[in-house]
This record gives sequence, structure tokens and C-alpha cells, in this order.
Amino acid sequence: MQAYIIRRLLALLPTLFFASLIVFVSMRLIPGDVIDLMLAQNDIVTTQDRARIEAALGLDQPVMSQYFDWVGGVLQGDLGRSLWQNTPVVDQLWATMPITFELGLLALIVALSVAIPIGIYSAIRQDSAGDYVARSFSLVMLAVPSFWLGTLVMVFPSVWWRWSPPLEYVRFFDDPIANLSHMIVPAILLGLSMSAVTMRMTRTMMLEVMRQDYIRTARAKGVSEHLTIVRHALRNGLIPVVTLIGLQAPLLIGGAVILEQIFVVPGMGLLLLEAVFQRDYPVISGIFLIVGVGVLLINLLVDLSYGFLDPKVRHQ
Amino acid sequence: MSVLDINGLTVSFRTETGRVYAVNDTSLHVDPGETLAVVGESGSGKSVTALAILRLLGEAGRIDQGSIHLEGEDLTALSELEMTRIRGNRISMIFQEPMTSLNPVIQVGRQVAEPLVLHQGLTWAQGLERAHDLLAKVAIPDPGARIRENPHQLSGGMRQRAMIAMALACSPRLIIADEPTTALDVTVQAQILALLKDLTVETGAALILITHDLGVVARYADRVTVMYGGRIMETAKATNLYRDPRHPYTRGLMNSIPSLDGPVGAALSTIEGQPPDLAHPPPGCPFAPRCSQRQEQCEKQVPPLRRDGERDIACVRHD
Amino acid sequence: MSFLKRLWRDKKLGAIGGLIFLLFLFCGVFADFLAPFGENETDLSVRLLAPGWDYLLGTDHLGRDVLSRVLIGAQLSMVVGFLAAGLATVISIIIGVVSGYFGGRIDMLIQRFVDAWMTFPDLVLLIVVVSIVGPGMPQIIIILGCLYGIAGSRIVRGSVITVKESMYTHAAQSMGASTMRILVRHIVPNVMPVVIVLFTTRVGATILAEAGLSFLGLGVPPPAPTWGSMLSGTGRTYMYMGPWLALAPGLCLTIVVYAINVYGDALRDLLDPRMRGVR
Repeated sequence: MQAYIIRRLLALLPTLFFASLIVFVSMRLIPGDVIDLMLAQNDIVTTQDRARIEAALGLDQPVMSQYFDWVGGVLQGDLGRSLWQNTPVVDQLWATMPITFELGLLALIVALSVAIPIGIYSAIRQDSAGDYVARSFSLVMLAVPSFWLGTLVMVFPSVWWRWSPPLEYVRFFDDPIANLSHMIVPAILLGLSMSAVTMRMTRTMMLEVMRQDYIRTARAKGVSEHLTIVRHALRNGLIPVVTLIGLQAPLLIGGAVILEQIFVVPGMGLLLLEAVFQRDYPVISGIFLIVGVGVLLINLLVDLSYGFLDPKVRHQ
Repeated sequence: MSVLDINGLTVSFRTETGRVYAVNDTSLHVDPGETLAVVGESGSGKSVTALAILRLLGEAGRIDQGSIHLEGEDLTALSELEMTRIRGNRISMIFQEPMTSLNPVIQVGRQVAEPLVLHQGLTWAQGLERAHDLLAKVAIPDPGARIRENPHQLSGGMRQRAMIAMALACSPRLIIADEPTTALDVTVQAQILALLKDLTVETGAALILITHDLGVVARYADRVTVMYGGRIMETAKATNLYRDPRHPYTRGLMNSIPSLDGPVGAALSTIEGQPPDLAHPPPGCPFAPRCSQRQEQCEKQVPPLRRDGERDIACVRHD
Repeated sequence: MSFLKRLWRDKKLGAIGGLIFLLFLFCGVFADFLAPFGENETDLSVRLLAPGWDYLLGTDHLGRDVLSRVLIGAQLSMVVGFLAAGLATVISIIIGVVSGYFGGRIDMLIQRFVDAWMTFPDLVLLIVVVSIVGPGMPQIIIILGCLYGIAGSRIVRGSVITVKESMYTHAAQSMGASTMRILVRHIVPNVMPVVIVLFTTRVGATILAEAGLSFLGLGVPPPAPTWGSMLSGTGRTYMYMGPWLALAPGLCLTIVVYAINVYGDALRDLLDPRMRGVR
């Protein structure tokens, strides 16, 4: 198990390197006239300001040393300062990250509690009417854009019943109820769009497992149908589904950007959009990097838990 | 009284192209302490017969006719719940693939103990204690450590021993072993078969040994039933069958076994042709198209299984 | 011909999906003829009219005909979808074939890069790149093409390796065929089923991604009536007065993507059963 963890950590390094390179290069690709545009947009015209912005973006140094300075700074927790608020980017990330994390976690809970029971039902009642309905639902959910669903939830309850979802963010520790009643609608929408793939995967895996020899062994031992599923099939079928949670992390974060915008959730997604419209590149690159590293860490955690769940991996 | 008595069993499966009759009008019995080998090629109906005894034919399979009596009780008439109380308790089964027949995420000890917990109301702690003894009984070294291991940590032979321990857990009246040694090394095969045989004699259970191998495996049997195309061709005491095979198919099988005491350089014969397509069975004897001694009536009607002294045989020539 | 027959016989849902997609494609191609009004023709005297005989899908807050805008939106979606998916497929083939066929250190480097690339959520990557190059139709097509091209190279690489391992490539190599000849004559044709499926599903994915970007105001700039932008911006505030504004673009988007998905699934099952579950 220890060797497995170490191997997995080492495998992370090259990916981490390339990811940092992607973030770095993308910021170097900002064309010079964009800085002019930034200056014009914000009514700053002196050459001094131009130099200040170039320095803030690190554009006044040779490329190699720029990269190492940047990585060195990142490792010390320095992601630069916001161009307009002049606050450290790290502070802004610390303020917004937990909010997005809460949204993602709620969405994950929704997704799993919808997808796994339906996926299992769909598999053990293969080709029944219920299975058909579940599969159709999952196909539709794959196609419905979350921003449209979000729009519908905003518009129609308001038109029909004069009710619309609350849009005012309250910190969880100030008022948990108010916080949850704000977060729950975007979390459900995000969770539903995630559940489509998870449901399909759960169904496929359970069907696969139910065909295995050891399920036949369990039945031949006199294990009831119900216990066969719960005790012998479920754990085998759900191990691969755990991987899927890791694979869906990017989807979750991408979806969060859109839903945070619709439901005015002040998380990282909203911060990213504001930064994009203000062309606040240090903030953009900070979020870009954190999101990439975050996804890598989630996948690492998933892999490690996989090792814990699957004895074959554990003992290798 | 026989432990198991099958009479006129017919089993079919629903497929995309229609019903396929995998077992037709099959009758056999096993007595306490006796080992019956059921021999045949793949598709002969031997494994389906085994699954039919446990009523594990899946959704597509169905018993169309016949009865299966376990110590006088007709299994075909039982409810699914009553069957779960018999499976693993009074009848247990050992499968061909020890590598895939054990659940990869459950510790070996718990898998061996499970029938005891299910059928004898033991707690898991008691069950594990018994599992320890059972693993020792099937000669698994260091059973105390093994019960906490997962199946993939065991070798193929060890896994099959664990399967046997699991099958023996509730002291069943009947053990069905479906090709128990096909996936194992030759040296391990003999050990496993000897172990099975010893344990059945010791407990007085009946053993049905299903195999395609008339050579090695069937030598452990007291009686042998030869199946072909979903029907029984011949049933006889093992000694009689080996000394004097009567059915042309049995002879074909015997001639395809390499023999140490036969003439040196004698060519092994093979049976010409292909096994029958069960979706479109021939109208007469299933072996007729491949039989070198077939007569006109062989292809018209199925010869019934007839008693001849201590042997049953289904062949026209044997009247 | 036999393929279409098989599609209709074995994969009804997929075939219907294909038909629906063709219908939208037709609407897109002939949008200029089908649209009863100009898509940006404003007429404040008919603002926020509910769907009716004159305006089948109603009008928006500037009195523009929603049906006409949705039709032109279909056209824009199809242009973005086909061009971006086409570009993505070409990129996938190039990267996948190079990585899979040559293997070794090149493959290692490329794969680590693809790993890193796929770490970033599609939408975040798109937003960041748009923030650098600015919004606009050509940019969006190129960005989407690169994004999905790099991600999809994994699938092409996998099947290239499978083909490479198979006997007839070895046979061709031992007969002294040049690398280029092996690639063009043996590898590429055998990878085609995978590529066709990849292209099909990418059309749906790029349409959806473009709509998402346009919804955030980072896609094709106004006044171009993309389905995504019709649901966002100033129009949003008027949806409470004219709820029909919220329906047509989203519904079209859902139906098109659904149709492409089920058609793609059917194609995959018919052309290459090994790809089951790949998306």
C-alpha cells in the first residue's frame, strides 16, 4: 500500500509540471495590445502604470527566469496581486474556494444519492419499464445544458407562483439554514447533470458484476437475491464508480462556474468571470492553477481510496 | 434411498432464435457415499443438469418436464425461498474456475463461513472459527492467516481447496463438482480429486463429478454417466464401463484416451464430425450423424434409455 | 446503404436521433430562406409578443422575431459544431497517430502533456483562453477545436496502438513498407470507425460548449443570435414578462445535443463495439 502511494505520488509530478507550464505559457500569450486595452479600459495612461502592470505580470524579465520566479512564488503561496483590488490573489482564493467546495460537495451528494440507487435498480431490473425510464432520463440529462435548467428554475416558478430561489449569499457559519436554502438549488442542478454519467456507469458495472462467477457461487451457497446484491455485488460494482467521481471533478468545477453566475454564489467561478471581464490576469492565472492542482489532488485521493477499496490494488 | 433421483428431466433456454433444449428426458440417481461421474463434451447438457438441480438456470432457463428428488423431496415443486434454504446447505456446488468463483473483495474466511451463518444461524465469530477448522481440513497451510486474506492472495489450487471447504461447511448430503480441476495444474488435479473423494466417503455425502475427461477424473467415480447432445447415452459401474464400453459414443471416447498399456504407436482415434446444434437437433439419436454404426432407424427416432443388467444404455443396436 | 438499414433495424433511437439532427442541419443550412424576418430586425411596436400566428415563437424585448433568431442560431451552432469538431478530429488524429505509432519517449511526453491538459475543466480552460484571445466566432472555433482535439487524441492513440499490434501491420513492415505508407494505408483506415464516432460526439460537445460560453458572454459576440446568448444578457430580465423567451433556445439545444448523443451511441455500437462507454 505504501509503495502504491509513493508510486502514485511520483506519477503526479510530470503532470503537475506540464499543468504549471500550461498555466504559465497561457499567461505569457497575453498579447501586448491587451495591456494597452487594459489601460484604456481603466483610464490609466501613464507609462509608469504600463511598467507597473508589465512588472506585475512579470513580462519584464527573460522567459526562463520568469517561470522559475513564478513557480518559486507559487510554492511559497504567492500568486501575485490582483491588478485592480491590489489584494493578494491568494486571499481572494481563500475567500472563494470554500464556497465552491461546498457547492461541489452538495452537488456530489445529490448526484450519488440519485445515481447509485437508480443505477442499481436499472441493472437488476434490466429491460423493465423502470430501467427504460431511468436510461431515458440519463440520456436527457446528458443533453440538457445546466444554464438552461438554471434559467428555467429562475423564470417559471416566479411567473407561476411568484417564488424564486434566494440569491443572497449567507455564510454557512452565520446562518446554516439560509446558506443551504441558497446553495441547494444550484447544487441540485449541478448534481443532476452529474448523475447522468454516474447512473450509466453504475448500471453498466452492476450488470457486469452480476454476470461474474462469484455471484453464481453466492447463489449456489443459498444467499438470497437481496443479500447477493448487497453483500456480494455492490462493493465490486461501486469500486469503479469511485474513479468516475474523480473523472467528473473537472465537470463539477466547470458546471459550478455557470451555476455560480446564475445563482450569484460568490465562489471561485464568479471570481473567475469577474476577473475575465476586468482582465485581471493574476487572478485568472491563480484560479486556473488552483483548479488544475485541485483536480489533480482529487484524482490522487480517488486513486488512493481505490487502493483502499480494491484489495487487488492494496496488496500489489 | 438415493440421495438424488432425477427422472425424465428436460431443460430449455429462451434465446433470440427460439427455445433451445439443453437437456432432454434425462434420468439419473446417486446413493449416499457414492461418486457419480457425468461425462460429456461441452454442450452435452452435463453442466445444465447440475444447475437445474440447484435451480440456478437464470431467467432464460426453465425446467420443462421431469422431477428432481432430494431425499424424497421434489425440488422442482419448491418455492425460491425454500430453494435458498437448500442451496449451500443440503446441496453445495463447486465450480470450474477457482480464480473467478470467489468474491475478490471478501476475505476468504468470511466466504467459507457464510453458508454456516446463513443456514445454521451461527454468528460471524463462530462461523470464522469453523472456517478455520474447515480450511485446515482441506489441507490449507496456516489457515489462521488465510481466513483474513483475499482470494487473489491464494494460488489456484488453494482457492479450489477454499471452495471445497465452503461446499463442505454445512455437511451437505450432495456435492456437485463442475469440472473442479480443469483450470488447475496436472499435479494439483490429483490432490484435489483425492481430497474430494476422501471427504465424501468420510461424511457419507453423495458426489456428482462433472467432467469432460473420461480418462483421469472419471477414474475416481463409482459409476459413470455419459451424456451427449442433452441426452444420456450410457450409465454403468465405472469398472464395467472401462472394461466393456457398449455405446458407440462411449467407445469413441475411450479410444480417444491415450493409454499406457495399449500397443505402442497405436494411433489415437478421434470421433469424426461436430457435436449437434441444440437449436436444431436431429430427429433421432443425437449421435447418429457421427456414428459409424448407425442404422436407418437411428435417424428417425430417439432410442430410449434401456436397462440391461447393471447398465443403462440408449442405442438401437443394443436390443 | 446496408449501414443505414442496419441502423434503422437495430438502433431505432439512434436512427431517429440522426433524423432529428438532419432536420436541424437542414434548418441551419437554409435558415436565411426559412426565417420569416431578419434576425436582428427590431420593431418596438411588437415587443414581447407571446407566440401567435404572426410570430410563431413570439418576439423579444426589441420586437425581434424569436423563430428567426432561433433558426439563425441553428445555423451558427452548426457552423461552430462542424468546424470545431472537424478541427478537433484532425488534431486528435495527428496527435493520436504520432503518439501511438511512434511510442517511446515522444509518446511519454505527449501523454503527460495530454494528462495535464485534461486536468483543467473544459469550461475553465475555455474561459481563460477566451480572456486572452478575446471573444469571436473564429477564435471560438479554433479554441474548441484545440481543446477537444487534444482531449480526444487519447482515444485515437488507443486504437492506433491496437491496430499497430495486430498482425497485418507487422506483415506490412516486414515487407519493407515505408512509415508513411503504413500510416496512410494501414493505420488510418483502421482507425476510421473510432474517428467517425469521435467526430459525431464532438459536434454535440462543441455546440454545447459554445452555448455555455455565449451564455457567459464570452462566446460569439452580440448581436449574433446564438442559442447560448439568447438565454443571457439583457434579455434575461425580460424573461419574467415573456417566459417563452426562455424556452425555444434551450429546448433546441437540448434536442440537438440529445439527437447527436443517441446517434453517436448507435454509431459506436455498430462501428466499433469496443468503444462502449467512451464519451
